[in-house]
Amino acid sequence: MKRLETIAPRTTVSTINPCRVCAPLGASLAIRGISQAMPVLHGSQGCATYIRRYLVSHYREPMDVASSSFGEQATIFGGASNLEAALDNVMSRYSPSLIGVATTCLAETIGDDVAGIVKRWARERGSGAPRVVHASTPAYSGSHAEGYAATVLAIVAQLAENTSSNDQVNVFAPMSASPADIRHLRELVEDFELRPALVPDFSDTLDGGSWEEYEPIPKGGTTLAELTAMGGAQASISFDGVVGASVTPGNLLEQRFGVQDHNNPLPIGLVATDKLFAALESISNRPCPAKHSAERGRLLDSMVDAHKVLFEQRIALVGDQALVVGLAAFCAEVGLRPVLCATGSNPGKLKSALAECVSDDCIVLEDTDHTRVSEVAKDLKLDLVVGPSKVRAWARPLGVPVIHLGFPIHDRFGAARLRTFGYEGALQLLDRITNTLLERRQEEAGLGWAYL
Amino acid sequence: MAELLEKRRLHVHQKGKGKFTLDCERPSLAGAVSQRACTFCGSRVVLYPIADAIHLVHGPVGCAAYTWDIRGSRSSGPELHRLSFTTDLREQDVIRGGAIKLEKSLRELIATYQPKAAFVYSTCIVGVIGDDVAAVCRTVSKDTGVEVIEVNSEGFKGTKKDGYLAACDALNTLVGTGSTADISPLSINILGEFNIAGEAWIIQEYYRKMGVEVVATLTGDGRVEDVRRAHGARLNVVQCSGSMMPLAKKMKERFGIPFIKVSYFGVEDVAKALYEVADHFGSSELQRRAEDLVAEETAAILPRLRSIRGELSGARAAIYTGGAFKAFSLVRALRTLGVRTVLAGSQTGNADDYSALAELCDEGTVIVDDTNPMELAQFLTELKVDLLIGGVKERPIAHKLGVGFCDHNHERKRPLAGFHGMLEFAEEVRSTLLSPVWRHVHRTPRTALPRPSEGK
Repeated sequence: MKRLETIAPRTTVSTINPCRVCAPLGASLAIRGISQAMPVLHGSQGCATYIRRYLVSHYREPMDVASSSFGEQATIFGGASNLEAALDNVMSRYSPSLIGVATTCLAETIGDDVAGIVKRWARERGSGAPRVVHASTPAYSGSHAEGYAATVLAIVAQLAENTSSNDQVNVFAPMSASPADIRHLRELVEDFELRPALVPDFSDTLDGGSWEEYEPIPKGGTTLAELTAMGGAQASISFDGVVGASVTPGNLLEQRFGVQDHNNPLPIGLVATDKLFAALESISNRPCPAKHSAERGRLLDSMVDAHKVLFEQRIALVGDQALVVGLAAFCAEVGLRPVLCATGSNPGKLKSALAECVSDDCIVLEDTDHTRVSEVAKDLKLDLVVGPSKVRAWARPLGVPVIHLGFPIHDRFGAARLRTFGYEGALQLLDRITNTLLERRQEEAGLGWAYL
Repeated sequence: MAELLEKRRLHVHQKGKGKFTLDCERPSLAGAVSQRACTFCGSRVVLYPIADAIHLVHGPVGCAAYTWDIRGSRSSGPELHRLSFTTDLREQDVIRGGAIKLEKSLRELIATYQPKAAFVYSTCIVGVIGDDVAAVCRTVSKDTGVEVIEVNSEGFKGTKKDGYLAACDALNTLVGTGSTADISPLSINILGEFNIAGEAWIIQEYYRKMGVEVVATLTGDGRVEDVRRAHGARLNVVQCSGSMMPLAKKMKERFGIPFIKVSYFGVEDVAKALYEVADHFGSSELQRRAEDLVAEETAAILPRLRSIRGELSGARAAIYTGGAFKAFSLVRALRTLGVRTVLAGSQTGNADDYSALAELCDEGTVIVDDTNPMELAQFLTELKVDLLIGGVKERPIAHKLGVGFCDHNHERKRPLAGFHGMLEFAEEVRSTLLSPVWRHVHRTPRTALPRPSEGK
């Protein structure tokens, strides 16, 4: 594939308009998916505050993230007493069942031994103290997606126990899952009469209702009981596909406890969702419930209805690696033509993962920034771009319609309810894309045709 | 009174409950979930609106990514400030040092964008890995002829206020380097006005009508050249005193330029801001023009303000802002609308600010410094608040508890300053307080306000 090799993902030394945010944000999100858990970022206060602001404006929910508030003293002498103070204050204020400590650049660079500090703190506080999990997530190690994955892995590694066999099915929710997607995954697993443990589960904590009283930690999330039981579960379902890290929660549990891992790509589109259903059929020994076969039928039917609108429409996909791969696979099914796939993540497996589903002339940019993406995009005669709010900076001047998807979305409502997973998610996505193309056609035609 | 962390008690005071004391200007308590960010944040927000300069963040990607285009600062020309530039330090840069990358980045950005100056913001790890940022800035300035200014904004250095100081230091290096030819003796600089939603344009227009020349607005719709020649103005008019007072004081020291503190929020305060400038120049012509302008502008908005006041009287508000000065104006502006302030606080107020705030407020009002979501939520419930005024991180607290909200922070897209801004503010407050949604959210009724559908 010549084109995939020759276009440089960067032509500048500096990054201009970043295509990613940083690892501790992913960490905070993962911890917010654990029941009664409080995230603590070890480092400067700014990190926690900015990360909160980004998560608040995407999910439109409160997001409390504590900080160990490094000052000059901590930077020079080490942040142990800051972290201990933070743990004490979080404990007394929030009464969490679990505290997730994630490191920021500063803490890592000065070399704080977080594991040691946390262990000592727990020992000194005794039985009254909550469990503490720690993850290493400096911004220079990876994007928000890698920070999320590293934190989920840390949670699994530190909390799963060699418990007796149980009927739990571990389901590892990827970062690109919206709360609505997570609820759907739960529904699917339960419809096979299996008992899912979604890890993590921010479907309620970041998409809840109104409160009479402030909930220090919003209700919902994976329980500690579910987490300790992961080691004895009957199976795991993962969505790391080929772009996951070398060690994933699913394969860790398999190595350590013999829990069989069913690893598939993100369940976006017909084929990928079929794979998820195949795994569920295999685990449960049951056939696909009629209600979901019917939904599959509807998806297929709608793909046919829309096929001419979508055929060879030139589309750019921008976002986290796994999401871009998932969307590209869906595009291949419906006839959309990705001509540009871009991610801000560190060089990974995007090109090889895309080899199967995009044509030879698709441009793939890894570890890129929006300025580079816009330079490349302007000559591509794009019909559509799917990506987070940041793509508007270049898509709008080019007159390319945007389908908001991924992280962050902060100029539209309902990010928590956007769906891509399952037959139903694919249908929602199909409708959005098709209607955006129709709307454009209608406007361009000037006559405002009423029937399309 | 709300349950507070022991060390937080000193940061809260209820008027009428004993002598006024309030702890403030301290680093936030670890684990308290303060709404404040860091030193970098303070510097970034002050310098952000300078639209023809490169703002290069030297550090890993987060600091720049989270501040990309978040301020609603408008520009009438170049928009370099709306691009997010960072050296995006990776693991190997942290190990080997980032100075070379910084130098290369500066050279390429200056060549591509031809800015009038460049600001280089140091972030947390730059302080630790020991990059000699000053040396890089000097070398590149010399070679390119474009002034490259270091901003000592490492996040851990202090609080947001230390960031303001670092920003003022950076601006101070520019002030005094430009030509002051042809500047009218009736001239001012406007400090602490960031042209959020075009507010600086509203204010500048008032002064222009009066016959006063605005030499530089720092930093709204900012241009490097204006900053350079700011020392040509005869008076510094300082809004948002928290962030820009260090610069005003420096300019008094260096150039003998006096300063006054004003606010442009609320009818009384805007009028005062215009009259005080006229007074300073001792010109009866200016005074007359100011009076005419105030009369004309207030006549245009008063009828609608009165009608809104009729609808909102009796509502209870809580204010939590970044700087304390804005809180004063808001208390007064709310009074104009018949709304009572029951809580007022800020992230960065000082002792004088808070004591004056307490003076201004009614008995029983809670004054708070550097609050956090848990405290704020408790106050909203205990004090039966109907309206919270704050920023993005305060909004979900209000909404979750069924409390109305007004966005008054630097990300807002609606102008709230000046006379026109007062009307916008009133409309925004009205649009939240009178929404029918609250009726469905609350099981227990709140302060009775006229309900639109109930026969009105």
